[in-house]
Amino acid sequence: MTARAIALAVACVALVTVPWWMPGDYYVNVASQILLYAVFALGLNVLVGYAGLVSLGHAGLFGIAAYATGFMLQSGFGHLAAIIVALVVGMASMAIYAVLSLRSTGIGFIMITLALGEILWGLAYRWISLTGGDNGISLNSRPVPFGISLAAPNAFYYATLIVFALSAVAMTVFVRSPFGASLMGTRDQPRRMNALGYHVWLIRFYACLVSGLLTAVAGILFVYYTQFISPQTLALTSSAEVLLMVISGGAGTLLGPIVGAALVVVVKTVVSGFIERWNFLLGAIFVAIVILMPEGLVPGSARLWRLAWRKLSAPAKPAAAEGKP
Amino acid sequence: MSALTVQGLCKSFGGLHVINEVNLNVEPGERRLIIGPNGAGKTTLFNLITGEITPDRGSISLFGQDITKVPSRQRPHLGMARTYQIITLFPRDTIIHNVALALLGLSPARWNPFIDLRHQGHLIEHGLAALQRVGLTHLAERPLAQTSYGERRRVEIAMALAQNPKLLLLDEPFAGLSIDERRDVHQCLMAIPRDVTMVMIEHNMDVALEFAERITLLHFGEVIVEGNRAEVVADPRTREVYLGH
Repeated sequence: MTARAIALAVACVALVTVPWWMPGDYYVNVASQILLYAVFALGLNVLVGYAGLVSLGHAGLFGIAAYATGFMLQSGFGHLAAIIVALVVGMASMAIYAVLSLRSTGIGFIMITLALGEILWGLAYRWISLTGGDNGISLNSRPVPFGISLAAPNAFYYATLIVFALSAVAMTVFVRSPFGASLMGTRDQPRRMNALGYHVWLIRFYACLVSGLLTAVAGILFVYYTQFISPQTLALTSSAEVLLMVISGGAGTLLGPIVGAALVVVVKTVVSGFIERWNFLLGAIFVAIVILMPEGLVPGSARLWRLAWRKLSAPAKPAAAEGKP
Repeated sequence: MSALTVQGLCKSFGGLHVINEVNLNVEPGERRLIIGPNGAGKTTLFNLITGEITPDRGSISLFGQDITKVPSRQRPHLGMARTYQIITLFPRDTIIHNVALALLGLSPARWNPFIDLRHQGHLIEHGLAALQRVGLTHLAERPLAQTSYGERRRVEIAMALAQNPKLLLLDEPFAGLSIDERRDVHQCLMAIPRDVTMVMIEHNMDVALEFAERITLLHFGEVIVEGNRAEVVADPRTREVYLGH
């Protein structure tokens, strides 16, 4: 059994047993938040890490799916219909995002996605008949799949864990697939990929849809978790936050966005209870990551581990040889 | 039917006429060399043929099919492959992955997000066969970042050959190579069978003249001399604008 398989098994056991070893419901809820933001970060990572397209408007898509769920439930539809509509609306919005923003790459792509995110944020504030404006939309209940109520923290945690696990497995398969390889090729050498017969724009468009699907799933989880959605969820700071999750953990890796999500959520929810200036702490952590591990926590730690292992396993130089004149 | 026909091709960047009324006719199986001083428009001509740049006027045909308006990404599917003057590969990946990407470019499997690329035996087999043609099978699993410049040149050629092209465009394949590396690349190119038509831009006349059957001399975007080796080398205009003596 490899070290990686052992680590994966330990992580799986730890995640499944969270409600047993966590000190209380509050921390189980924090774990649910980490998982749902990890799904969000995995979605953004498809673009940032594997397509080389940095989006600063993903909170808009996250919020659209959350609003669509809230609106459908408020209009008297069931949970299943609300979830399906939210996924369709989220994907459709991503398709529009992609058509508009894929006209450019680099800084142009960032600026267009930022603008689109701001438009959605503005709509959430001003289109009061649909979104409730500043008051937002409140949900009365969580779904009851197969007769199991998700109202309690533990039940909701397991539902989130299942969605997270499916998302992580799907991403693993996606990254190793020919399409994943094509996508990474367009990130590294778009001109060469074009010359090899690839439709670079269409590959990026499909990648946007995959990203939009995961983002919509995370948005639905979020609205069921908080049972409330307001324009604040769509704000630029939310987009920046999830981007920092991806970058700090390690863009273009499977584990990086998950670790990044855990870091940000823990500092935001747990550490903020002990440190008033938690924003300062989060900023300091990011600065430290950028300086010490510019590639992100996961690849950076792996690099340091390999370095340490090489040093430890290298045979010691004989003292006599060192002492030669 | 000609392998490649270029008729009245023109391209300007602002007021600068980079390619001006260029006509080119390359027969199937031919080895054509395109020479010219720096700025003559050789690489621009390649970019026009591959569709990376749209011509202002003129037409391009590949084996009788007019491809002037065919998008550049479609041209490899019609049997056109190229290499670049500045090596353009995927340094994070292994050599075999680079070649597999070339193979995947022509395969519908490139859209598949559900299968594992590493388990696509036929892709790996074909990739190894392409690497064998350039003598790099033993380095297949080596990350590209750990290879020499000459080996990367050969990987570029392997990627082009993997696509089984009918027309291969080589943009300065010997540029920046040592004598040994030049010999290796030369051997690879000489071993390419005649069912592949080849057009090459090259400055190194020692190896290029050995390779070429016909030569086209470009100067300021215009074809000023065309003919077989002896004719072009003997032409005073070649000496004046290119050979310099």
